[in-house]
Amino acid sequence: MEAWQQLRRNFRELWQSFRGNRMGVIGLGLVISALIVAILAPWLTPYSPQQVMRDENGRGLTFAPPAVHPPLGTDDGGHDVWAQLVFGARISLTVGFLAGFIAMFVGSFLGILAGYFGGWLDNLLMRITDVLLVIPDLPLMLVLVATIRQMQLKISPITVLILVIGLLYWTSTARLVRSQVLSIKERQFVARARAIGAGHAHIIRKHILPQVMPLIVANTVLILSTAILIESGLAFLGLGDPTKPSWGTMLNFAFDRNAISNGAWWFYLPPGLAIVWVSLGCVLLGNVLEEMLNPRLSGHHLEGEAHIIKPGEQQ
Amino acid sequence: MGSGNYLLRKFAFALLTIFVVVIINFVLFRILPGDPVRAVIGRNVKISAEVQQSLREQFGLDKPVFPDQFLMTIRQWASGNLGVSWSLRRPVAEILISKLWNTLLLIGLGQILSIFFGVLLGLLAGWKRKTALDAGALTFSLIAWATPTFWLGIILLAAGSTWLGLPTGGILSPQNVGKPLHTVLPDLAVHLILPTLTLTILYLGEYMLIMRSSIVETLGEDYILTAKAKGLNQWQILWRHALKNAMLPIVTIIALNLGFTVSGAIYIETVFSYDGLGKLFQTALTKQDYPLLQGAFLLLAVSVILANMLADILYTILDPRVKAS
Repeated sequence: MEAWQQLRRNFRELWQSFRGNRMGVIGLGLVISALIVAILAPWLTPYSPQQVMRDENGRGLTFAPPAVHPPLGTDDGGHDVWAQLVFGARISLTVGFLAGFIAMFVGSFLGILAGYFGGWLDNLLMRITDVLLVIPDLPLMLVLVATIRQMQLKISPITVLILVIGLLYWTSTARLVRSQVLSIKERQFVARARAIGAGHAHIIRKHILPQVMPLIVANTVLILSTAILIESGLAFLGLGDPTKPSWGTMLNFAFDRNAISNGAWWFYLPPGLAIVWVSLGCVLLGNVLEEMLNPRLSGHHLEGEAHIIKPGEQQ
Repeated sequence: MGSGNYLLRKFAFALLTIFVVVIINFVLFRILPGDPVRAVIGRNVKISAEVQQSLREQFGLDKPVFPDQFLMTIRQWASGNLGVSWSLRRPVAEILISKLWNTLLLIGLGQILSIFFGVLLGLLAGWKRKTALDAGALTFSLIAWATPTFWLGIILLAAGSTWLGLPTGGILSPQNVGKPLHTVLPDLAVHLILPTLTLTILYLGEYMLIMRSSIVETLGEDYILTAKAKGLNQWQILWRHALKNAMLPIVTIIALNLGFTVSGAIYIETVFSYDGLGKLFQTALTKQDYPLLQGAFLLLAVSVILANMLADILYTILDPRVKAS
């Protein structure tokens, strides 16, 4: 059987059992609804995030509560919070998804290389992941981003964030894929393919990749939530692009401009809720996919009622 | 013999990782644009050309970057000389040490509380798998995981200061700064409530999840089935057979999580204006104070690496199977 067809069938089966899982469906719903908001942003609000709201007398509406300026009030500069939120979705999701996909590509590529070819290459790649795993990631990223910005290259701050997050978060994917590839390459169909003269590229493409693909998908969804959280954190610490505010940048503004002491909850609650919305969606979805694909997490001996077999009873 | 080898390998790996961190630190500092003399003494200090030249020689900048400057930098860092902060005009090492204790206090409190509650809840959740308790614990830890640290801090700060009258930040009230420690303990405690609570909620979910999956895996082992077949009751199995083995991953996770802990400290100290290493890191970042930033990074990275090594060693003592492999 063609392995990719098998994969397609596996995905169909996966979808069948996935639909019955409430957590997974909720997760998928959260992620998709956020994507829709990001795509439809210009149609969801009459204002732009930069536009200053004014009252009848032409004065700027600063920290106007939702009751005065629905639906989510204004910030310290009189900008509409809802407009910032829906346009911020574009920035946050773009950075999160692109960084997550970079991490997935790098991680899967290196994981397959290390697992399939083994030897010194495997050793080298695994030592690199070991080292990266031990170095505390946030301080490293802060130092990297700060230095890259100081170098005044012609790269937008958002691109810097995408690259730094993507190129630092591939280690867990690489390890996972590698261990999976290690077990797959010992299977008979790989040995047979090699025996009839299949090359490495052919074996990896036709036999290894379809087998590790479901695992990569599950892992990518989990990486997405990390990427979105990290982006919000870096932006909160002031490393976002102030001209293209993401949810993290909004929180940075809210915190720096005293939204808390002004009681402007409409400024600091929505962006955080939005981040939780998306990252929770990815975690729920990713966990369900992982549980469906990892047989180690199925059940244990203290579960269910104890069943004592009485003498003479047939088992 | 075998275990000696293992320890040696762990030690060598820690050294290698520290070396990588040192290289990263060195390279990043050197690729910054502008004159390195400026980078060391600060941008806005006026100096004459002769002084600049003598400084170049003093810092070895007239020698090649590699190996002379590199070795010189390593020698300086190893002797505890991390340069002078641009914004605070004091030696970086001195500043770092003055903030270290505050951070250790905060992280320590948060870790102890979250490990205690995390292990307890994780044990119950894993044992009573697929019950309301388990579902509740899982939901909590998932939401805690998906919540940005700093935002949780912001919410607790807003709620705590508005409704409970807790301080909005800092370690001590202004009138208590500089007084002997034992006289200001109640004030210190009040200031610690919100940051510690944030840290605890954050780490709690992580420990609970790990403990839960570890106990689920342990309860799936054959010796648990044996114990059950012997007629031991659930508490005996849980306490005498499962807990000890299931606790093993927690030891490693505490160390592996240290990087995560450090991130948490940076966010939380920023939100609560808590005067520790994390706040210092954020200040260095916003003021573009590179010597301070690099020094703080070096200190944080090396501490995390060493803690990881210690955890590995501790793990071999607790789990003899590791030595054999």
